[in-house]
Amino acid sequence: MPGSMIEVEGVGKRFGSTVALAGVDLSAEQGKVLGLLGPNGAGKTTLVRILTTLLKPDAGTARVAGYDVVADAGSLRSSIGLAGQYAAVDELLTGRENLELVGLWYHLRRVEYRRRAGELLERFALTDAADRLVKGYSGGMRRRLDVAASLVANPGVLFLDEPTTGLDPRTRNDLWLFIEELVASGTTVLLTTQYMEEAERLANQIVVIDAGKVIARGTALELKDRMGGAVLEARVRDPKDMARAAELLGALGEGQPRANPDQQTLSLATKGGTSLLIEAGRRFEQECITLDDLGIRRPSLDDVFLALTGAPPNDHAISQLPAEPVEAQR
Amino acid sequence: MTGTGAPAIRHAVRMTPRLALSDTAGVAKRNLLRIWRTPQMLIISAIQPALLLVLFRYVLGGAIEVPGGKYVDYVVPAVFLEAVLIGGMTTSIGLAQDLKSGIIDRFRSLPMARSAVLAGRTLADLSRSITSLAIMVGLGLAVGFRFNNNLVAIAAGLALVVVFGYAFSWLYAAIGLATKDPETAQVAGILPFFVLMFASNAIVPVSDMPGWLQGFARNQPLSVTVSAVRALMEGGPVAHWAWQSLAWSASILLVFFALALHIYRTSAS
Repeated sequence: MPGSMIEVEGVGKRFGSTVALAGVDLSAEQGKVLGLLGPNGAGKTTLVRILTTLLKPDAGTARVAGYDVVADAGSLRSSIGLAGQYAAVDELLTGRENLELVGLWYHLRRVEYRRRAGELLERFALTDAADRLVKGYSGGMRRRLDVAASLVANPGVLFLDEPTTGLDPRTRNDLWLFIEELVASGTTVLLTTQYMEEAERLANQIVVIDAGKVIARGTALELKDRMGGAVLEARVRDPKDMARAAELLGALGEGQPRANPDQQTLSLATKGGTSLLIEAGRRFEQECITLDDLGIRRPSLDDVFLALTGAPPNDHAISQLPAEPVEAQR
Repeated sequence: MTGTGAPAIRHAVRMTPRLALSDTAGVAKRNLLRIWRTPQMLIISAIQPALLLVLFRYVLGGAIEVPGGKYVDYVVPAVFLEAVLIGGMTTSIGLAQDLKSGIIDRFRSLPMARSAVLAGRTLADLSRSITSLAIMVGLGLAVGFRFNNNLVAIAAGLALVVVFGYAFSWLYAAIGLATKDPETAQVAGILPFFVLMFASNAIVPVSDMPGWLQGFARNQPLSVTVSAVRALMEGGPVAHWAWQSLAWSASILLVFFALALHIYRTSAS
């Protein structure tokens, strides 16, 4: 019977007078992915650092793979893998050397870590680059190697702290596929992310934290249902019309719309359905506001996030995407 | 997965001295590979003591009188100690870099011995110091330095230099961990170097200094080690200084080993 592989109860942490975590509870079952969502500075990384024994909690208890993060830190470290948002691989070592050394430090036998390093290099499409220095790897290759390093001991619980931030879409998709395979084989994953799409695709359960507190939890579907209904979205052609359009939508009696000036869109949470859409269309016509688009859609996790925290998950998450991966120089 | 079966929940293997040694050897291997692959760093860390050697030998040497002997034989043993001290500074810079790059986070999340990251680092850096020392011996001989003692004594003198350098690399490890930033570590590391080097008998005889400074300058760790090394290389009574030097090195090693390990364990928590 699958039990809880991650159990967090009332964990608190403060740095000086700053409260990073104010009593967080969460749990993840074996073979499931727990998605941890939150804006920058919400406390996601602090929680990951506590669960991986890099930080001690000030309050509460936390167990990973059945081991207490403070009392059984040694056994806990043998059972987990950690891949951070900053690829912690050694530039002056080859990919293979990086993985084999990690295997040595997990106290695997030499034959075992050598075999394991070879397998992981192959799985992450790094075999050709295996014996080159990491210095010449592209950003995507480094990230893959970093994730590979966290898997050398085939750990029961894997912590991925924003594993795909800054990756190109293809590499990201590869990584998602791989995480799905891992989970299918029984690995429990705690994933922090700023990408709603990522949480939606991978996470069985999502915990949203903000300012060190859990503000919502559930499956992606449950979270969306909380929003109720749908979102009416209008894209105006002329930015000067934004204010008038907002006023118009507000007058529909469904609450105030949210404006996104960069994309010249306005969105309004509504239960009104198509009749409201038609009414809105009529009024835009009357007011002579030209639209590029008008429609009703199911709320995205982004909308949920916005509604819960009052801020987008990451204002510049989209602009951070690199256009093309930088290829290896050698 | 790749046919490796279910993921593992492991009980930690009990940390034994053998495992700790294997962890340390892994860290040392990592750092030796890094040193080997950045030979320019090896040259740079040898340039500073080489410049000091030339400066003392040719610029200041003519103006300084030392009792009973040539200045070159007086100052070169001190340059040997400078070489290993400067080698030790690379330990603080390297550790600060590892902290900054996040690789220490990975190390701390692994079930490796807590002391391995520091011990492996200082041992690997020792190879750099020894290389630098070897270059200084060659350079010293080239500018007129001569050994005036038997081979065993000379080897003992060099060993004393290495032991002193290794002990101080733990002080530098503590500095690197405490500063957490390569640039700050570098600046902070120069401080003990200057105090030890200039308030000592390394470059000028202590008897030329003001009285209030003489007590410190005569008995501080670098001075007693310089005295011991001079005696071992050039002849003269050794035992008194050698014991004091070893006592200093042992104390510095113990204190800063404990301090560095403490900072490593508790850093960022």
